[in-house]
Amino acid sequence: MGKGDLKLLGTGVSPFVIRTRISLHLKSVEYEFIEEKLAAKSELLLKANPIHKKVPVLIHHDKPICESLIIVQYIDEVWSHGPSILPSDPYDRAVERFWAAYLDEKWFPSWKGVGLVHGEEAQKKIAGLKEGLVLLEEAFPKCSKGKPFFGGDQIGFLDISFGCFLGWARVGEIIHKVSLLDTTNTPHLAGWADRFYAHPAVKGVLPEPQALYDFLKPFIKPAPTN
Amino acid sequence: MAEEGVKLYGFWLSPFSRRVELALKIKGVEYEYIEEDLQNKSPELLQYNPIHKKVPVLIHNGKVIVESQVILEYIDETWKENPIMPQDPYERAIARFWAKFIDEKFFPSFRKAILGGETEVEKVIEETKENLKILEKVLEGKNFFGGERIGFVDIVANTIAYWVFLFQEAAEKEILTEEFPILCNWKDKYINHNIIKETLPPKDKSVSFFRARFAQSKASS
Repeated sequence: MGKGDLKLLGTGVSPFVIRTRISLHLKSVEYEFIEEKLAAKSELLLKANPIHKKVPVLIHHDKPICESLIIVQYIDEVWSHGPSILPSDPYDRAVERFWAAYLDEKWFPSWKGVGLVHGEEAQKKIAGLKEGLVLLEEAFPKCSKGKPFFGGDQIGFLDISFGCFLGWARVGEIIHKVSLLDTTNTPHLAGWADRFYAHPAVKGVLPEPQALYDFLKPFIKPAPTN
Repeated sequence: MAEEGVKLYGFWLSPFSRRVELALKIKGVEYEYIEEDLQNKSPELLQYNPIHKKVPVLIHNGKVIVESQVILEYIDETWKENPIMPQDPYERAIARFWAKFIDEKFFPSFRKAILGGETEVEKVIEETKENLKILEKVLEGKNFFGGERIGFVDIVANTIAYWVFLFQEAAEKEILTEEFPILCNWKDKYINHNIIKETLPPKDKSVSFFRARFAQSKASS
C-alpha cells in the first residue's frame, strides 16, 4: 500500500497527534504527515473533521477517522499483523480503555496549560498533574504484571495514551521548578518513562521537553511581581 | 442460565446504568442488580469505583469494570452472540465517534439548553439544535444507528430516545420536536422495541423526580 493511501493531519507538539504517530510507527505503516497550522486550519482538515475541526485526523483511502483514541484502535484493528496495541483479553482491554478515558477526560484537562499560568492557578494545575501520576504509579504494577510496560513486554494502548503527555508534563515541572515524576515520588513511572522514550516507535515522535519548552516560550507571560 | 458472577451496580434513573442493562439483555446474560442510593453511596460502590464514585459498575467473576461505554465494549467482547459493535474497523471507528459525540457534546449541550437560566441560553439552544441536525443526518436512510438492528450507538443514544423527553416534560420546554422527523421516528421504534422497553424507567416517576430536581437547582441558583 502506498503512502498516498494514508494521511495524518496534525502538529508536532499535540499529545493526541503524537500518540497516533507512535501507533503508526509501531505497526511500521508508511503515511504522509501533513503539518497543520491550528491558527489557519486547512480546507482538508475542515472537510475531514467538520464537527470538531481538530487534529489528529487520519485519512485512509479518503475516509477520515477522528479522535485520537478512536484512531489508535482503528490502526490496531486494520494493521492486525503488526504488534498488538490493545491486549487480547477483554478485561485487560477494559482496564486500559478506562485509564485512557481518565487521562483524556479528567487528567489532562486538570493540568493543561500549566506552563502558561502562575500562582494559585498554577498550584491547582500542578496538583491535578500530580494526582494522575499518583494513580498511574499505583496502577503500573497491576497492569504490567512485572513487565517493562503497562502493556507488558511491548508498549500498548495505555503506554501510548499516557506516554504522549510526558514531554508536556516535564515542561510543567521545569517551568514551576517541581519534580513530580521521578525516582523518589514515582519510581515505577520513572523507570517506565525512560524505557518509553527509548522505544524505537517513540523516538523521533515524542519531542524532548526542551523542544516543547522552546515552542511554548513565546506564549509564556512573565510571573506577576508584587 | 445464570452467568458465573455478573453483578451490576446501578441507579433506576441513570441512563448510563440502564445502557448496561440493555446490553446484558441483548446478550441474554443473567445478572444480579444492585440499586444504589446516589445520595448515600454504598461502601462497595466507593471501593469499586474510587476515582469516579459513579454507577454503573459491572462485576464479572470478581473483575470490576466501570464507565458505561467501556463496559459496553467489554460485554460485547465477552459474550459474542448478538454483536453490538460493527465488524468492520472503519464502521467501528464511526460508531465510537458518534457514541463519544452523544455523551460528550450532545447531551451536555442539551442539558444546558433545557435547564436554561444562562445568559446565553439562546446560543446553547442553537448549538443543541445543530447537534440534533447532525444526528438526523447520521440516521438518514437507516432503521437504527446500527443499521437494520440496534447497535452500540443506539444503546448509547438511550439518552436521546428517552431521557431527552423526560427532561423536556419536566422542564416544560421542547427542543427535540417534530422539527426532527427522522430522530422522532427512530425514537418511536426505539422505545417500543421489545428488549429496550424493559430497560426504560417508569415515565411518571421519572418526570416527577426531574421536576423536583430542576426546581431545587433553580431555588439554589
